[in-house]
Amino acid sequence: MIELQGVWRTYPVGEGVVHALRDVSLAIAPGEHVALIGPSGSGKSTLLHILGCLDRPSQGRYCLEGRDVGTLSEAERSQLRRTRIGFVFQFFHLLARLTAQGNVELPMLFAGVPREERKARAAQALASVGLLPRAGHRPDQLSGGERQRVAIARAVVMNPAMVLADEPTGNLDRASAQEVMGVLEAMNRQGLTLVVVTHDPVLAARARRVVHLSDGMLADAPAGEA
Amino acid sequence: MLLLPSAELLRFALGAVAGHRLRSALSVLGVGIGVAAVVLLTSLGEGTRQYIVSQFSQFGANLLAINPGKVKTMGVPGVFGGTTHLLTPQDAEALRRLPGVEAMIPVAMGQGRVEFEGRGRSVYIYGVNHELPRVWGVGTAQGSFLPPLDPGRRASLAVLGPKLAREIFGSASPLGQRIRIGSESLVVIGVMEPKGQLLGFDLDDTAYIPVGTAMGLFNLAELHEIDLLAATSEGIPALSDQIKATLMDRHRGEEDFTLTTQTEMLEVFGRVIGIVTLAVTAIAGISLVVGAMGILTVMWISVHERTGEIGLLRALGADGATVQALFLLEAILLALGGGLGGLAFGALVQLVLRMIVPGLPLATPPEAVAAALLMTLAVGAAAGVLPARKAAALDPIEALRAE
Repeated sequence: MIELQGVWRTYPVGEGVVHALRDVSLAIAPGEHVALIGPSGSGKSTLLHILGCLDRPSQGRYCLEGRDVGTLSEAERSQLRRTRIGFVFQFFHLLARLTAQGNVELPMLFAGVPREERKARAAQALASVGLLPRAGHRPDQLSGGERQRVAIARAVVMNPAMVLADEPTGNLDRASAQEVMGVLEAMNRQGLTLVVVTHDPVLAARARRVVHLSDGMLADAPAGEA
Repeated sequence: MLLLPSAELLRFALGAVAGHRLRSALSVLGVGIGVAAVVLLTSLGEGTRQYIVSQFSQFGANLLAINPGKVKTMGVPGVFGGTTHLLTPQDAEALRRLPGVEAMIPVAMGQGRVEFEGRGRSVYIYGVNHELPRVWGVGTAQGSFLPPLDPGRRASLAVLGPKLAREIFGSASPLGQRIRIGSESLVVIGVMEPKGQLLGFDLDDTAYIPVGTAMGLFNLAELHEIDLLAATSEGIPALSDQIKATLMDRHRGEEDFTLTTQTEMLEVFGRVIGIVTLAVTAIAGISLVVGAMGILTVMWISVHERTGEIGLLRALGADGATVQALFLLEAILLALGGGLGGLAFGALVQLVLRMIVPGLPLATPPEAVAAALLMTLAVGAAAGVLPARKAAALDPIEALRAE
């Protein structure tokens, strides 16, 4: 479903170039739980941005559900993000002026989902993270764990092909982190493809498959990669 | 490509505006003050213009006035033997006979004391003829106006303005009474109906006597003015030429008089008021520009501050055009809010002003209201373009990193 073949990502810096990703090849099957792990500057974020269609490979191919993302226009990539990809960020990125319900409705707003359907689906997504009673609260009235669960509800409300989580517990205490990972893993068990980026080995160990990145290269690609 | 239906776009932008209450209120205030200033000042200008027009048009639009002397921009009059001819009652009679002249008043004025049984009052006294009611559009409240008389005849008759009559005779009827003006003893034959003031002259506090009597009384050799009533307003330009030709013929070819038509007078006044209004409105318009700068600043800061939000919107699949439309709409909403607020505030101030100063001439021209609203829309759009483009041009990856 997700296939990277010989992906390079280079940035011009001054006279030279920085290689953020070097010849990365990776395949992720539907329903997998993959942890991307590596130290700062290893290229995890760059890889995540490419997977999330926010960035494009300088070289190589990235196919998402059979479509070569590198050849798509900005509008088409926007559409992919809208419909096929859910993001969960370290700092939640909830809009402070909207309620939990309003934040979960946002992706459907841009997808042109009618108002009534938006409400129903947002309520359903909030229920799936156990926050339906808090639907009318604004982010500043929620705890960190609750905020991240709202963000998860927002990420899954469009039924995406995968959820990309960038240090989803990086800003949470241990108990909240447990809670958030529990929610994500429960969704994964129901078939959601999950890619978690982290530098925390404990968090990575919970994944069924761990991909190590260092200096822009896959350090030890697991055997039997499809 | 816009992803959202415009109603959803509007709802989202409204939410963003309402989400930053103080900041939005302040930028709305800036535009509001500008709009209120524009509306108030144009109202005052338009009110003044209407007041002056109504003051003049109470005499009818077909009035022409001839005054002695020629207003020139250069030269010293009469020093080097440039003979000036007097504007005489005979000139007036000659003009009366022109085709297209409906009525004519020769006017000789003076100031004098009107006395009756020891009571007296100093007023302007107009020497006129029987056609005054027709030309000036006033009638008598009691008795009758002056009868047709030979222009040279010094008939001992007088018609009083209502205020003068009240001041001297109180509640008693002045009709048939003998009043004194200087050495003359005159019989009051009528009292005018109230007419009010014309640019400071109280037309109710005057006495009208035959022009021959006035010229004798005040020892005048010429008329101060000849007022003509044209039969039709269309005929006025042709009539003006004929009047000039006739008078120049009588004055040995010299144009030593000034002909003013009512339309000309109104035009001159209208133009002066128009220029003043325009100038003052332009100054008020500057505050609108300042308001626009306020919106630009607020939106610019807003884009900077909401970088994370913009990044999120992009990650959620909003394209650049949608982000741009959202921020542009926000700026327009701010400006429009200011415009409506300013209009409401302007209307309120006018209401209060009318209560405090009842006579204040205020009239809000509807086109000024429409123009003010259109202007705020334009101001909002113009102020929003730069910040909106900046927002759309943000790299989503960079924008997401900001928090």
